[in-house]
Amino acid sequence: MDNAALELRHISKYFGSVAANKDIDLTLKKGEILALLGENGSGKTTLMNMISGIYYPDEGRIFVNGEEAVISSPQDAFRYKIGMVHQHFKLIDIFTAAQNIVLGTGSKGIAHINEEVKEIAEKYGFDIDPKKKIYDMSVSEKQTVEIVKVLYRGADILILDEPTAVLTPQETEKLFAVMRAMKADGKSIIIITHKLNEVMAISDRVAVLRKGEYIGCVDTAKTGPAALTEMMVGEKVTLNIARPAPKLDRPLLEIRDLTVNNDEGSRAIEHLSFFIRGGEILGVAGIAGCGQRELCETIAGLRKAESGAIYHEGESILGLSPRAITARGVAMSFIPEDRLGMGLAPSMSITDNMMLKNYQEHGYSRKEKAPDENSPENAEGKSFKDRADAFFDRHCPFVNRKRARAEAERVISELDIVTPSTETPVRRLSGGNVQKVLLGREILIEPNVLITAYPVRGLDINSSYLIYDILNRQKEAGTGILFIGEDLDVMLALCDKIMVLCHGKMMGVVHADKTSKEQLGLMMAGALDLEEEKGKPMGVAKDSRIGEEQA
Amino acid sequence: MKNIKEPFIHISRREHMPLWKSMLIRVGAVLVALILSAILISAAAPDSQGFFGFFGSLFKGAFGTERRIWQLLQNTFLLLGVAVALVVAFKMKFWNLGGNGQILMGCLMTAICMKYLGGKLPDPVVWLLMLVSSLLAGALWAGIPAIFKAFFNTNESLFTLMMNYIAVCLVKFFISASTETQTGTMPPLSDGALPTLGEGQMGTSLLTILIFAIVTLVIYAYLRFSKHGYEIALIGDSKNTARYAGINVKKVIIRTLILSGALCGLVGFVLTGAINHNVTSTMDGNMGFTGIMVAWMGKFDPLIMAGVSFFIIFLDRGMSTVCSDFRFTSEALSDIVVGLIYFFFIGCEFFIRYRVRFAGGKTKHTPSPEQDREATSKEPPLPEEGGEKEGN
Repeated sequence: MDNAALELRHISKYFGSVAANKDIDLTLKKGEILALLGENGSGKTTLMNMISGIYYPDEGRIFVNGEEAVISSPQDAFRYKIGMVHQHFKLIDIFTAAQNIVLGTGSKGIAHINEEVKEIAEKYGFDIDPKKKIYDMSVSEKQTVEIVKVLYRGADILILDEPTAVLTPQETEKLFAVMRAMKADGKSIIIITHKLNEVMAISDRVAVLRKGEYIGCVDTAKTGPAALTEMMVGEKVTLNIARPAPKLDRPLLEIRDLTVNNDEGSRAIEHLSFFIRGGEILGVAGIAGCGQRELCETIAGLRKAESGAIYHEGESILGLSPRAITARGVAMSFIPEDRLGMGLAPSMSITDNMMLKNYQEHGYSRKEKAPDENSPENAEGKSFKDRADAFFDRHCPFVNRKRARAEAERVISELDIVTPSTETPVRRLSGGNVQKVLLGREILIEPNVLITAYPVRGLDINSSYLIYDILNRQKEAGTGILFIGEDLDVMLALCDKIMVLCHGKMMGVVHADKTSKEQLGLMMAGALDLEEEKGKPMGVAKDSRIGEEQA
Repeated sequence: MKNIKEPFIHISRREHMPLWKSMLIRVGAVLVALILSAILISAAAPDSQGFFGFFGSLFKGAFGTERRIWQLLQNTFLLLGVAVALVVAFKMKFWNLGGNGQILMGCLMTAICMKYLGGKLPDPVVWLLMLVSSLLAGALWAGIPAIFKAFFNTNESLFTLMMNYIAVCLVKFFISASTETQTGTMPPLSDGALPTLGEGQMGTSLLTILIFAIVTLVIYAYLRFSKHGYEIALIGDSKNTARYAGINVKKVIIRTLILSGALCGLVGFVLTGAINHNVTSTMDGNMGFTGIMVAWMGKFDPLIMAGVSFFIIFLDRGMSTVCSDFRFTSEALSDIVVGLIYFFFIGCEFFIRYRVRFAGGKTKHTPSPEQDREATSKEPPLPEEGGEKEGN
C-alpha cells in the first residue's frame, strides 16, 4: 500500500445521463510509468481532470501517498504535487518560456528563474531556452515548457495527456528519454495515449478504460498489442489495413508550382507541384501546421493562391468559387482540430448538414446532373419541362428537407452511424459518427477527387477501420484521394504514395511500401530533402511529380 | 479520519427534462414571483387593498374593459413584430441592438410623408409612400452597420446601438424644424392616416394585429423552411462552414440585416401611421430592447415568442393599473415587481438545465439517489459523447 503514489477508489463522474467514469479503481505506484489506454470517449481525460482538480468526482475517493485527498481545484492538485500537461497547451504566446513557467507562483525575479529552469532541464535532459518566446517555439518546444512548468512547481505525479499526438517520431523518442529520466528520479507518471506501440515502448503497466469503465491493469512486459486492443475494444480486432493495388489512371488533379500564404500573410505553401491520379491514395505527411490546411483550402477554392496553378481534368480551377469546384466533382472533407469548425454546422441536425452543399437545388431535376453553368447551349437541348424544373430548382425559395432526410437516412444506414435520429444536432454525436456524417455527405456527391484531412482523428479503432474501408472503396471506384494524415503507421499501410511537407516545401514523394517511418520522420523534420538528392534514393515515386508527363 | 471539506453545492448538467416538467417549473416560478410581488405591494402600499387586491388590479388593468383587451393585443403584436424582426438577425448571431433607432426611422419617414404629402396626393398613394419610405429607412439604419460588419468586421452591437442615438436626434430635429410652436411636441397629423378596420379601439388595433400576425407567420416560415433561412442559420452556427458551403457570407449578412431593419421600420410605420398619427423621440417605447428579451426568452422561435410577448405586455399593462390603484406616486415599485417576475422566470431556466445537490452531511460517500439513476438509464442511450470534451 505504501508504495502507491496515487490511488483512486470507486470514482464516478456523470454528465447528465452519460456516465463518463463509472466506479473506477486505479493505482499509480511510486516511480512508475503507467499508460492509460482507451479509445476516445472512454473517459481517460475526464478521469485525469478529476485528479488535477478541474472536475470534482460525483462519487468515490482519491488517496495521495496513502492519505485521503480532496482535490476541488487545480491549486489543490498542486498542493498534492500533482501536475497535468494538457493536450492543448495553456501557454501565453507573447511571454518567454521562463515567464510562463513562473506564472501564478509568485515570482522571485526572472534571472533566478532562468537558472532554476536550466537546472531542471539539465537534470532530466530537456532542451529548453528559458528566454525564448512561446510564439517562436515549435510544438515540441512548447510541450517541453509545459512539462518543465509542472516540474518547477514541484510535481511528483505527472499526467501527460496524449503528449505524442503532435510530435514527429524523433521528438517522441526524445520525450520518452526525458520520461525515463524523470522516472529514475522517482517521479510517477501517467501517460494517456491510444497508440499501442508507444504504450509498449514506454510504460511499466497499462490500465485500460472502455466506455467509462475500468477494464483492468496489466504489466506491459506480459502483454502485447493484440491483447491490449482486445481489452480496449472489447472484442478481437484484426489490425491490418487493406491496400488494394492502385489502378494507374490518368492524373485527375494537378498542382503546379503553387504558392499560398497563411492567415498571417507568411508563406504556408511554397512552389508545390504534384499529381493525384484516379484510383490512388496520395498521403500527405508533415508535422502540424506545415501547410496542410492551406493546401486543402486552396484546392477547395476557399483560399487565394499567390502564384501557381491547379488543374482538374485539364482545366484550371484556380479562382473558381467553392460551389463551382464542388460541381466539378472535387469534394473535400477537412477535419480541423476542433472537428466541427468547417465542413459541418455543429448545432444543426444531420439532415440539415446533408444539404450543406446542395441546398440551392430543390431537387426536382435531380436525375440529371445539376448543371453547373446555365449556359444557353445547355438549356437549348432540353425540353420545356426540364428547363422549368431547372428554373424552379434554382429559384424555389424553400429548401427540400425531405430529400435531405432521405440522404441522411441513407448515409446513416450505409455507414452505421449511431444516432437517435436524423434530427439530432451533429455536435451531440460522438467523434466517429461526426466524421462518418462528413465523409458520407462528401461521398454522396460522387466525387472524382476526394480531399480528406485527418479523417480518423480521435476515432476509435473500429470506426477508423470503417473509414479506411470507405476510402478504399472510393479508390477502387477510381476516385483520386488526397489523404492528409498524422499517424505514420496508418499512412504507411493505407496510402499508395506519401508526399512529405516541411514548412510548406515538398521534401519528396515516396512509395509507401518502399519507405520507412524513420525516413519519413527525417523528411518531416526537414533533415532529409529528396528533392535535392541526386540520383534515385530509396522509394522515390517519380510519377507523382510534374515533369515526366504533362496532362 | 482527517478533516475533509467537500464542496457545498454540487451542480451537474441534466441531459433532458420532459416538456411538461419544464413547463411546470416555469409556471411555478411565475406564480411564486407573483405571490411575492403581492406581498411586497400590499406591505408597501400606503393605501393597501390587501393581498388579493393586487391580483384584482393586475388582471383588471390587463383585461378590465374591451378597450383594454384590444390595447393589450395591439401592444403584444407590436412587440412581437419587433422581436421577430430582431430574431432574423439574431439567428445569424448578429446582435442587432438598434431596434429602437430602426423603429424611430420608420416613424420619422411615415410622419414626413403624412405631413408633407397627406391631403395633397390621394390617400392610397400616400399610404404606399409611407410604407415604402419607412421600410427603406429601417433597412438603411440596419444596413449601414451590416455593411461595416461584413467588410470591416466592426462590432455590430456598438454600431447598431449608436445608430439609435442618431435616430433620436434626427427625430428631435425634425420636430423642432417642422413645428412653429417650438414646444418640442408635434400636433397630431390628420391627413394620410391609415384606415381603421372598425369602430373605436378595435378598429385601430385590428389592423396592427393583422399585420404583425402575418409578419410573424411569414418570418416563421422564412427562417424554418427557406433557403435564406438555412443560410442564416448556417452563418450563425459557423461562418467557416458557411464559406465552405459556397455561401457569400458578406451578402447574406447585409441582406438579412436589411430585412431585419425593414421589419423594424414597419413597426414604426404602424406606430405613426395607424396608432399615434405623430412622432416623438420616445415613440419606440424601448421595444427595440424589450424585443431582445422576448427573442431570447422565446428561444428564437416566433411562436413561443408570441406567448412571451403577451406575458410581458400583460405585466406591463397590469402593473400600471396596480400602481394607480394602490396610489403609488412613482413607477419604481412597478419596476421592482416586473424585475422580480423576470428574475424568477429567467432564473428557473437554471434548474431546468442543471441538477443541484447539496453536500449531504459528513459522509463523503454520497451515492446519487437510486431513482436518479433509473430515470437516466431509461433515456435513449446517447452515443458516447465526448465526456472529455465537456466543460473545457
